[in-house]
This record gives sequence, structure tokens and C-alpha cells, in this order.
Amino acid sequence: MGTEDKSVPRLLTGNEAVALAAIEAGARFFAGYPITPSSEIAETLSRELPKVGGVFIQMEDEIAAMSAIIGASLAGARTLTATSGPGFSLKQEAIGYACETEVPCVVVNVMRGGPSTGMPTLPAQGDVMQAKWGTHGDHPAIVLCPERIDDAWELTIRAFNIAEKFRTPVILLLDEIVGHLTEKLVLPLKKQPKLFDLPQNVSKEGYLPYRFDGEYPPPLIPVGQGVPYHVTGLLHDETGFPTNDPDLAERNARWLVDKVENHKDELADVELDEVDGCDILVFAYGGCARSARGAVRMAREKGLKVGLFKPRTLWPFPEKELQEAAKTAKRVVVAEMNLGQMAHEVEWALGRSIPVELHSKLGGEPILPTEILATIEGRD
Amino acid sequence: MERVDYDKYLRTSRIPHIWCPGCGHGIAMKSILRAVDHAGWTKENTVWVSGIGCSGRITGYVDFNTLHTTHGRAIAFATGIKLANPKLNVVVVTGDGDGTAIGGNHLIHAARRNLDITVVLLNNNIYGMTGGQCSPTTPQGAKATTAPYGNMERPFDIAGVVAACGGNFVARGTVYHVNELEKLMRQAFLKHGFSFIEVMSPCPTAFGRRNKMKNAIVMMEDLKERSVSVKKAKDLTDEEREDKIVNGVLLDRDKAEYTDLYRQLIEQLRGS
Repeated sequence: MGTEDKSVPRLLTGNEAVALAAIEAGARFFAGYPITPSSEIAETLSRELPKVGGVFIQMEDEIAAMSAIIGASLAGARTLTATSGPGFSLKQEAIGYACETEVPCVVVNVMRGGPSTGMPTLPAQGDVMQAKWGTHGDHPAIVLCPERIDDAWELTIRAFNIAEKFRTPVILLLDEIVGHLTEKLVLPLKKQPKLFDLPQNVSKEGYLPYRFDGEYPPPLIPVGQGVPYHVTGLLHDETGFPTNDPDLAERNARWLVDKVENHKDELADVELDEVDGCDILVFAYGGCARSARGAVRMAREKGLKVGLFKPRTLWPFPEKELQEAAKTAKRVVVAEMNLGQMAHEVEWALGRSIPVELHSKLGGEPILPTEILATIEGRD
Repeated sequence: MERVDYDKYLRTSRIPHIWCPGCGHGIAMKSILRAVDHAGWTKENTVWVSGIGCSGRITGYVDFNTLHTTHGRAIAFATGIKLANPKLNVVVVTGDGDGTAIGGNHLIHAARRNLDITVVLLNNNIYGMTGGQCSPTTPQGAKATTAPYGNMERPFDIAGVVAACGGNFVARGTVYHVNELEKLMRQAFLKHGFSFIEVMSPCPTAFGRRNKMKNAIVMMEDLKERSVSVKKAKDLTDEEREDKIVNGVLLDRDKAEYTDLYRQLIEQLRGS
């Protein structure tokens, strides 16, 4: 397995797919710290990155790894890091810095059981809310979540595209199921994402690295390319220098969130399966969506009209798409490996107009299709 | 001293700076600028990275590519910059709290890796910006807002710690001995590999006032009186050396540098 033989079908784990897709997306810098169940991403990149002229570095801790990719990104590299729950907690400080300084980067979190050290080798989906609200202060959150290996490949490339276009960190949220699952990957994908081309010929004359008034942020001119500017985690004006002016500070803070929220439609990414005219809508994502597919199939065999809604972008939450898919539904079933982090969001998005039933499971075992089926049938 | 056009290197519109009267950081900044000028580094090919605290504000005042990062992490950010573009000259300015407490781990590992960056640590023995709390270099017995009965802990010998960790150049100077400091700075900036210079910088506002040093002059005299050279320090007993500031070059060597090693790895893999 390497980066050369792209058209030959390959067996890859989710973690390997993320690592190799990152290289495909042009990532040339990885900084990380060993943590289960994400370490294969670091291991794969330590082997593959130098072959393409890229840099891999194992840092002294998770915070350093996150800080290093921000530095490398500012110096012009496409960058990523990978971690799991406890490491994701540590990275939050620097994720906030990347949000405020509008530095593109991709942060992979392969979720394991929590809280604290939790269950390192077993799956969970307990970081869904942390991926949105993990760092302090109001900030943007873009979170993508794959279910399969082709999904992982495609969303990794999409994550880099979004990170560069919106100049913000993008969280790629896997769970241990997807990270360690081995599946066949055939390239090119049916939905092979194109790489985002940064606008060329950005004028260096009067360059404002932090304009608040565009549709998207201005492209980042890397440090060392003749436009010295200031980068700070303090609220700042459009030149990048800190400000205590209340209006400017508010504009800066609002811009960070608005630039994402104003493009919710563009960021929304859902997979729908027979939602038209459904009586029951099942909502599942990541590794759980695999079980939900089985449950939905079994329910249909029993004559139930069940649709499946699988968000691939978790944040911003695709509420419009969900409302549309749930139009005819009398009940919604949410299956997730946490205590209802997304179920609350689903309830809110549907205005509590439809009963939302949560099938949640902790303890490190995946939810079985038969268990979701029981909830679909109202038997649990 | 050679004449240097400081305005060329300063964001004059950002000045006056926020440092208190009597603070040594301005002298240190001047010394760094002179070393940068001597090394021939330009604002295009040089990046300054700082963390949080009084030392961290330096990146707002110098007209280069500048990063004012999070508390303690400046060296980690600098590591990413240097590895992504080894052609850039990278200067980190940090303080005793920023660099040895919250950022201590990054400091020792950057030294161990021997990455070609220059770290200038402004040691004022106190957390100045937050109002005078105890730092890892506050002397034992000294008072701070979080050590109202006197500090019980022993302070770090920072330069000694870094020299033990690795790197190619480690030195200590004071803002009282400006000519010597400039010589040390020049050596540090020209050294290929990790270079570290600890600069003793007085803080009359947050440290001196609470420790029987009422003004900047008394603090400067204290720096002068307590300083000994590396050579002289060798003849002192541990007890005699206890409250001394040992100035000069503590480590100077030429071990292989990290980005060079990585470039060689890439060439080897791509060539085969």
C-alpha cells in the first residue's frame, strides 16, 4: 500500500484512508502525538509524508502538535493533526487560536469511550458537542463525520477544501468503528471531490489579512512571502492588530461565526435513503449509521415505511435538510453512542413537533441493527 | 556600537509600548534588533513568535512577520513554521512564566530536537502582566502576590536546564551588561541549530516594589552586583553561587540540525 498505485482497489482502514487522502489533498505537514485509536494516522503519515517531500513530526504533547500545525499552515503548508478524546480536549486551546487567527487546518478526532481516559480501544460518539463547543468563547465549528472508508476518503479531501476556503479549522470526526474498520477502496470515487483552488494573484498591495466584509475570508498569504503582518489570538481589526474598540471587536467575533453560518447550505452534506413519504425517520451518523442501515432494511422487510437520514456534516447542523426529510414522519429515531448529544439537536430542529426517540448505548459495544430495529418497532 | 536604524524595524504606529518605566524588556528588544540587523535578516525572511505575558507583546512592536500566540506555546508554533519553511529565520521571544512554567515542556523538547530557531527568554522573575504572581524563577524567600509569606520553592536555573537538554548554543546575559548581551545575541542568532539566550530583565513594578528594590536603578545595581562570569563561577562553591547570575556562554557546539536531517531523509527517499 502506498501513494503510487491509486487506481488499484485497496483494502484500507478508516485511519489509513484519512492519512492517504490527506496526502492526496495536498497535505504536506503533520504534527501529532500517539493516542489510541488514532495512532495509525500518525504512523502512516510518518512513512508516507517524507516520500512526497512533506514533513511528519511527533511532538511532545497534543497542544504542541496542534500549535505546530497552525505554525506550519501560516508558513504555507496544508496541515493536519490526529487525536482521540483526551488529546482532543488538550487541543481545544489551540483550536480556538486557529479560529480567531483564521488559519486553515484539519483536526482528526477518532472518538473513543469517555469521559477522561475512558475506553481507549472501544467506540463511542461522545465528542459530538465538544467538536462544536470545545474551545472557549463563541467560535465557528465545521465538523464532518464519515461512515465508510470511501466516505472517510472523500470527507478528508472535503475537509481540506473547506478549511482553506473558510480559513478555519475543520474537525474530521471518526469513531473507533470507522477508524479501525477495513474496507475496500476503489479510486476514483463516484463522487471524487475536486481540490479547492486558492484564488491566485492575491494582491499584496494593501493586503488586509483579516477583512470582515467579504463573502469568504481573503486567501492567506503565507509568512515569508513579502507581506509581513501580525497574527494574534486577541480580538483584532482587519489588519490583524489587537483592538479594544467595542464595535471592531464585535465585528471580528461575529465575522468568525457568520462566515460559516452564512454558508450553511453549502456546508450541508447528508445522505438520504427512502425518506420520501416515510412514517419513521432514523437519524444516525458515523459508525452507528452502518447499524442503522441494517435496522432500516429489516424494518422495511416487515413492511414499515422507514427512511434513513445520515448527516456527513454534523456542524453546522443540517436542520433545513432534516425538516424536509422528516416532513411525513410520525416518529424520529436517533441512534448514537452517547447520551443524546445529537438527539437534542434533532428535537430542536424539528421544533418538538414530532416525537424523537433516542437509542443510545455506552460501554464500548457498537449498537446492533436488531437493537435499533426494536426501537423502530417500539419494542424497547 | 554600530549605528542601527531602529525605525526600519519598528512599527512606530504601535508605540508607545505597554512596558512599565524601568522594565528591562525594551533594552532586550533593542539588543535583539541589533543582532537581527547584524545577522542580515530581513522583515521578509524573518518570523518573530511570542507567547503571552509582558514578553509576548514584543511581536506587536517589531515590523516583521509576527505571531502573538497562546500562553507557553510559542516554541511549538515556531517549530511548525520552521519545518514548513526552513528558509525562514525564526525568533521566539518568551518569558520566565511563559517559557518555563506553562511552556517548559516545549522548551526542553525544542532544545533536544536541535531545531534551528533562536529562543530569547526574558527572565524578570515574576508574572508581570497579571500583576506579580510567583513564577518558576522567583527566588526562594521573595514575595509575590501569590507568595505573600515568601516563596517556598527553589527557582529554575533556566539556561542550565536548557543546556542539559540539548541544542547548540546556550547563554545568559543581563540588560545591565548591554555590550556583552549584544555579543551573546550575535552568537545566538548566527548559530545554526537550537540557540537559547536567557536575558535577566528587571521588573520594578511587580517584583522590585515587593522585594525591597524600590526603583529601576536599584534593580539595575542588583543585576550588576550579583553577576559573575561563567569562568569565575567555576571557582565558586555551590553556596557562593546560590544567588549569583552566571553570565556568558554555557554551551556552544555544532551538532546536526533537525531540518537538515529531515531534508536528507526526503532526498534519500525520493532518490531511491
